[in-house]
Amino acid sequence: MSLWEYANPKKFMQASGLVLPWVTGLATLLLIIGLIWGFFFTPEAVNFGSSVKIIYLHVPAALMAINAWLMMLVASLIWLVRRHHVSALAARAAAPVGVTMTLIALVTGAIWGQPMWGTWWAWDPRLTSFLILFLFYLGYIALWQAIEDPDTAADLTSILCLVGSVFAILSRYAVNFWNQGLHQGASLSLDKETNVADVYYLPLLVCIAGFVLLFLSLVLLRTRTEIRARRLQALLARERAA
Amino acid sequence: MIALLARDLRLALRSGGGFGLGLAFFLLVAVLVPLGVGPEPATLARIAPGILWVAALLACLLSLDRIFALDHEDGSLDLLATAPIPLEGVAVTKALAHWLTTGLPLTLAAPLLGLLLNLPPQGYLWLVVALALGTPALSVIGTFGAALTVGIRRGGLLLSLLVLPLYIPTLVFGAEAAKRGAEGLSPATPLLLLAGITAGAAALLPFATAQALRVNLR
Repeated sequence: MSLWEYANPKKFMQASGLVLPWVTGLATLLLIIGLIWGFFFTPEAVNFGSSVKIIYLHVPAALMAINAWLMMLVASLIWLVRRHHVSALAARAAAPVGVTMTLIALVTGAIWGQPMWGTWWAWDPRLTSFLILFLFYLGYIALWQAIEDPDTAADLTSILCLVGSVFAILSRYAVNFWNQGLHQGASLSLDKETNVADVYYLPLLVCIAGFVLLFLSLVLLRTRTEIRARRLQALLARERAA
Repeated sequence: MIALLARDLRLALRSGGGFGLGLAFFLLVAVLVPLGVGPEPATLARIAPGILWVAALLACLLSLDRIFALDHEDGSLDLLATAPIPLEGVAVTKALAHWLTTGLPLTLAAPLLGLLLNLPPQGYLWLVVALALGTPALSVIGTFGAALTVGIRRGGLLLSLLVLPLYIPTLVFGAEAAKRGAEGLSPATPLLLLAGITAGAAALLPFATAQALRVNLR
């Protein structure tokens, strides 16, 4: 039993079909709990009022925006090295989810920034690099859509994803160099004793877990759709040939 | 490689358009900006390095889709792929030819346009140095983008969408170096980082370019 067995589309469809309802259900449950807990049962923060509650959307979305790109990078590498079609399709499926997460992070950030910083948008390093990430996603998706032959498209988008990752990281540091920011530093990290106060931290963790599962469920769903679409095309091609 | 370089340069010179077009575009942007933001010398002096960098970047972008598209159409790209030099070498040569026909003229013309935009006197040297160090990166990255989109009909717009985000680090460091030069500060740090990007891109990207070309020619 190895992980690579699921590179077989049939095995993948079976396994993902079994897992998908559970993941989706758990994601829904965690998000309902996390968001209701966060929105209605946490105290308002000093200086911030109720606006602080937007972090239950903003932080998980931003986290998943970056992790979605990372997942695409890994899937692209697997496609380039081992040429498993499921991997390429998963990378393709993750991109629109990732771009949506980026957009959610940008929009919720703007909504929060308006009362707190007094501006919808500032050319702050973090904000700017998220906008740049958004552009990278758009380019990646556009390249997928522009090429008809699926294998060529998978190859070229994988190469773009690898090169894009390097340049995205470079941009992140370039932007840091270019302007000092308004955005606060990282509030959550694994190596710190205490992060945010527990009243906010626990619902936030639930929300993050919910977003991770939501991402997983959307990607699985979209990958399954892509596989079905690919099978349909193969069937049609066989019909025409017969 | 030299033969290929000479051929590309001859084609660029004789087919018309490719060579002068980028320069003309560069000039036009430098004329349009004062018309748009107003003629106050102080404002212009402050934004001149950035405007010149953005204009150079856009002018570079303009001629990118010619790098491989014409060769792909008439089939000479297939010949190049079977030629005795590796495809990576072709990628480097193409990027070099692109730089010689756009990046280099832009660098040389920049001081003149700096004059139009009222660039402070101490800024000229650093503007030229920054452009000379940065525009090769623009050509190399652009060649990669052109290789990705070579199989797509009317891929010009897509090419810009792919390449512009990749240009961001180059633009940031290049414009920063030129700006610090114009303000009389030391531009050493951004210049070094800019040179690092150019060296890294020139060393590594041709492999990705060649890989993309191979996929497209398959």
